[in-house]
Amino acid sequence: MDHSGGHKPPKLPHPDTLAVHAGQSPDPATGSRAVPIYQTASFVFPDVDTAAALFNMEVPGHVYSRLSNPTVAVLEERIAALEGGVGAIATASGQAALHLAITTLMGQGSHVVSSASLYGGSHNLLHYTLARFGISTTFVASRDPDAWRRAIRPDTRLLFGESVGNPSVDVLDIPAIAQVAGEHHLPLLVDATVTTPALGRPFEQGAHLVIHSATKFLSGHGVVIGGLLVDGGRFDWAASGKFPTLTEPYEGFHGMVFAEESTTQAFLLRARREGLRDFGACMAPMTAFQILQGIETLPLRMARHVESTATVAQFLADHEAVERVHHPHLPSHPDHALARRLYPRGCSAILSFELKGGREAGKRFIEALTLFSHLANIGDAKSLVIHPATTTHFRMDDAALAAAGIGAGTVRLSIGLEHPGDLIDDLGRAIHASQKS
Amino acid sequence: MQFIVQGYPAYAYTGGRPFEPKQPAIVFIHGAAFDHSVWQWQSRYLAHHGYTVLAADLPGHGRSPGAARRRVAEMADWIAALIESAGLANAAVIGHSMGSLVALETALRHPARVTRLALIGTSAPMAVGESFIAAARDDSPAALDMEVAWGHARNVLLSGSAVPGASLHGASRALNSRAHAGVLHADLCACQSYAPPIEAIRALKVPTLVIAGRRDQMTPMKAGKALAAEIPAARVVTLDAGHSMMAEAPREVLAALHDFLR
Repeated sequence: MDHSGGHKPPKLPHPDTLAVHAGQSPDPATGSRAVPIYQTASFVFPDVDTAAALFNMEVPGHVYSRLSNPTVAVLEERIAALEGGVGAIATASGQAALHLAITTLMGQGSHVVSSASLYGGSHNLLHYTLARFGISTTFVASRDPDAWRRAIRPDTRLLFGESVGNPSVDVLDIPAIAQVAGEHHLPLLVDATVTTPALGRPFEQGAHLVIHSATKFLSGHGVVIGGLLVDGGRFDWAASGKFPTLTEPYEGFHGMVFAEESTTQAFLLRARREGLRDFGACMAPMTAFQILQGIETLPLRMARHVESTATVAQFLADHEAVERVHHPHLPSHPDHALARRLYPRGCSAILSFELKGGREAGKRFIEALTLFSHLANIGDAKSLVIHPATTTHFRMDDAALAAAGIGAGTVRLSIGLEHPGDLIDDLGRAIHASQKS
Repeated sequence: MQFIVQGYPAYAYTGGRPFEPKQPAIVFIHGAAFDHSVWQWQSRYLAHHGYTVLAADLPGHGRSPGAARRRVAEMADWIAALIESAGLANAAVIGHSMGSLVALETALRHPARVTRLALIGTSAPMAVGESFIAAARDDSPAALDMEVAWGHARNVLLSGSAVPGASLHGASRALNSRAHAGVLHADLCACQSYAPPIEAIRALKVPTLVIAGRRDQMTPMKAGKALAAEIPAARVVTLDAGHSMMAEAPREVLAALHDFLR
């Protein structure tokens, strides 16, 4: 799409190149081409004045690996470059990234409007845990912008949704929800775990903040837990007037007014200087290194993931023992057109479907699979399967399950990088077994 | 901190310290379509090391309301008015890019107000490409691409940042995109139309520092050196950085300034 109005922009590196290089220069100390793992808790100060200046944020640099670390910084800068953000903070998990985003923006007496179509862990945090600390959430149907609009209250501070909902695979209309956010001077936070920057960039669609569970497709290997919080730098905190944590002096850091300190990075400054410092859910350098190994091949892997998923979705849709398949690739999916508009390269390697025979058939199906692994994760190189109603979403009642697009017999697949023919063979055998009584 | 300059509100960041007019003062002037926050890694340090700092938002930029001034001379008069409004007798004046022309012109038009002059990423005249001005005039996103691509060392996007976790391109693009419509175009035109009074420059007496980036694509190092050669009391520091050197090489720019101001 050409937005430049006929003006020829200079060439900038393509996302595939950023995925391999952004955020890293060959190590100045050793010449190491690979990202070195700076496995250290602390960094030596050259002199007393520099130590004081580092502590007071007068000069940039590393002090203590809870706040920042050179290996972790490479990952942060790489995801910021891939998303087109002003910077990022790596966290101990995707859940920690969501927690850090919310607690940086608000305290007790505040309110979040969230899509009802959420990962079960995010639902737990919003519905049960944050409510205990005085932050309440209203869950709304993700496809209805007016429902979002109606749920906004004077104490609302954030709109939140997943780019593609897990496990119902509904597509968030980010431009439409961003418009609602804009009408109310509120930021929109998007969990882009399922799409990744290889398929779509939420900031270009109007989102203000992005989180990832880096455990999933960004890593692709399923060996680490990690999260990322990225700021697009476009939200005007001062003009909104609703975010004193960013626009009023903070006694916990020398009276700093973060929005004056940095026009575009106020949110990340506060998140690092308060949330990482005090809650401490930082990422380990080894974890950052392992996620970086995954990101190098992200564009290649996502292309294969979505291609194989389209093949599997069509196979399931054509199967007589399958009642319904939920995937935007299929013309029958309510978000088919939206997905083509927002994610022309494909939008998800997650799909869910319902077998004839309900819960019992679902159980027999999962136990008959040999190639798919039955576990609680998505976005692995290996294909994965789970029954959400008894696992990831088991704390939700039937109404909440229905709102999240989950039935008692819904089975969720995460399509990996195996040959799609082998996946279809495995699924076909297991479906056959599921239909025997 | 808010001031009243030429009858209108104006904002200047004081480096995280209360404004103290009795200390030696420094005024920082940002470049086209930016604001005070480009000086984040220089202004806060100096404010905590014996200086009173005013990192200004020029009119129509950042938190200073009003229309962007169309000519460098008008911006220079505004800076002199800011110094006066703040109750300062004079100040070291430090400018980047367009701000370097404003700083230079402040020293020429208001010599009593300027104790020292630092010009960072500078060139006089400061030619701006026709394609850049046209893209800015049409409010095209291509103008933002041009600013980030030419405003940094080549390949800065594929390198580590001196500020952990920050994307230099992303931060620069976001700050530029927040500027009011028309401000980038007005600023680029102000740069383009600035005709340096060479005889007056040769007669300047103020101690001057030029900081030039060896990888600067917008105001090449040789242009900065050429300007320095015309100013009698000028010296040059070159850095391994592109045009946005306060962010690309924050410690090196700070060290050069701190040394110069001592």
